[in-house]
Amino acid sequence: MPSKSSDNLPKAPLGLTLAALGTLLFLHVPMWIIFLYTLTPDETTYTFPLPGFTTKWFGVALQRADLWRSLTLSMQVAAIATLAALILGTLAAAAVYRSNFFGRESISFLLVLPIALPGIVTGIALRTAIGGLDIPFSFWTIVIGHATFCVVVVYNNVLARFRRTSGTMIEASMDLGANSFQTFRYVVLPNIATALLAGGMLAFALSFDEVIVTTFTAGQQTTLPIWIFGQLSRPRDRPVTNVVATIVILITFLPIFFAQKISAEASDTEGETK
Amino acid sequence: MMNNPSAPAIQFDQVSRHFGEVKAVDQVDLEIMDGEFFSMLGPSGSGKTTCLRMIAGFDRPTSGKIRLYGQDVSNLPPYDRDVNTVFQDYALFPHMNVGDNIAYGLMVKKVAKEERVRRVDEILELVQLTGFAGRKPSQLSGGQRQRVALARALINHPKVLLLDEPLGALDLKLRQQMQVELKAIQKRVGITFIFVTHDQEEAITMSDRIAVFNQGKIEQIGSPSDVYERPSSAFVAGFVGTSNLVKGEVAKRITGSEQTFSIRPEKIHLGSVRDKSAEDMVSIDGVVRDVIYLGLYTRYLVEIEGGGDLVVIEQNLKTTSMEVLSAKGQKVKLSWQKDHISRVGG
Repeated sequence: MPSKSSDNLPKAPLGLTLAALGTLLFLHVPMWIIFLYTLTPDETTYTFPLPGFTTKWFGVALQRADLWRSLTLSMQVAAIATLAALILGTLAAAAVYRSNFFGRESISFLLVLPIALPGIVTGIALRTAIGGLDIPFSFWTIVIGHATFCVVVVYNNVLARFRRTSGTMIEASMDLGANSFQTFRYVVLPNIATALLAGGMLAFALSFDEVIVTTFTAGQQTTLPIWIFGQLSRPRDRPVTNVVATIVILITFLPIFFAQKISAEASDTEGETK
Repeated sequence: MMNNPSAPAIQFDQVSRHFGEVKAVDQVDLEIMDGEFFSMLGPSGSGKTTCLRMIAGFDRPTSGKIRLYGQDVSNLPPYDRDVNTVFQDYALFPHMNVGDNIAYGLMVKKVAKEERVRRVDEILELVQLTGFAGRKPSQLSGGQRQRVALARALINHPKVLLLDEPLGALDLKLRQQMQVELKAIQKRVGITFIFVTHDQEEAITMSDRIAVFNQGKIEQIGSPSDVYERPSSAFVAGFVGTSNLVKGEVAKRITGSEQTFSIRPEKIHLGSVRDKSAEDMVSIDGVVRDVIYLGLYTRYLVEIEGGGDLVVIEQNLKTTSMEVLSAKGQKVKLSWQKDHISRVGG
């Protein structure tokens, strides 16, 4: 697709090309540096070129029990927050799309708000609320914190898909004898499946590297990003931190990459049926 | 299901549907017979689509009852009614192929796989789409999608089939072809068809009976020729075909009564002022104001004595365009048979 359309476009001026290139490098070079210094034998300083080459830090990182605990915790939190977001986000999107009730616009706005608000505001608000209700800070409070913004991603994706699908399709299904459950199972779900997948992956990635809201809602738990944050004060562990950072990049990069691919494909095929 | 085969297929008993202040359907009584091809004709917003949606179960009456073969279905959900719909936008499921789309109704009713395949093949033949079962809706043309939508509804052998302006998206040629085909299919399957349209020609071509809707009420119910030849109101006369409405003084001059009447343009004979008119004819003199040559026929606009214009249509039996166009400005006598006059109240 891009090759087809870009053929006819005028060529960008040199200055713009350089600026774009510079921006991309500025964004992406640090990631490559992190990866590069997972391979250095020198643990305290960043020297270039590398004084040598070693993969021992991967081994060291694998031995760290605290790292594994944090990684598992982060995965669990992200998985459950994403699951909750998928269910709640879809229900909210369906309600806003299908019925016209009092306060519909406000609810739509309130749902999207957590992603627009600075994390620190959400964090403080949640901490006050959870503390005020005497709920002990735990695994579940982290999940709740993450779910606030994960719901938004799913909600937006699914709502956009609902708006692109023909409303009479649901009526057609009921007309042909399918009850609500069957209609959801055979017609609605297949039509929003890719939107759910894309939204879910994005939600997972968001939750997995969240720091600020987690700091405010966690008890004694250390999620992976917080563990990395703690590592910064220990210069001797720097290559290990780099190894972990590389893993985090991979874990978050892959879902986002696939989510993008799925959304693009879905909008391509939908064009045909319209 | 409780059923009475001798009862009307559909019966409306004082059915109203209000949306806030708006009376979309206002105390409608209606009976549609078993096996009938019945059209609901009217402009947009006249309540015809709301009536259809209430029969399908997508909408509930504010008051009144709807009976399907004697059974009160007013408050049953769509999936509990033995009625299927062909939607205006077809509403095919884009993620399923043609075969699965058509078999959907059977699938949710847990009909066995072999039976489903057999019936899909059968119905594909009926709508002339044999061999299309594996295609996706996106690979079909508009006309083919329409046939799939029809097959998907018919495969369930509903008691009544509802069609919501199903030909609206097709081009003229295809639409005329589908009109003939729809009628043929209806004869073959013997199911009651209720057809919603705003196209009077379509309604006249296909229907056994037509209900003309206006502002939530039915203006007239009757056979196509009834509705066309004997419009019961000025609205029906104007909406179904073109019609000349004559009222007041001029009406009195022609018929001896001030009551408004309508006369179809093709019923009027255009003659010379010297012509004597026959016993059973009425006539009035006028001047041809405008002539529009349309190939098959010619349309004249004649200003009649006492004021007002009448549209006259004459078939071009012998005349050529040169001859008819020279009629402009000439004095003429318009005459027509007395029994072609329809009194439309007032």
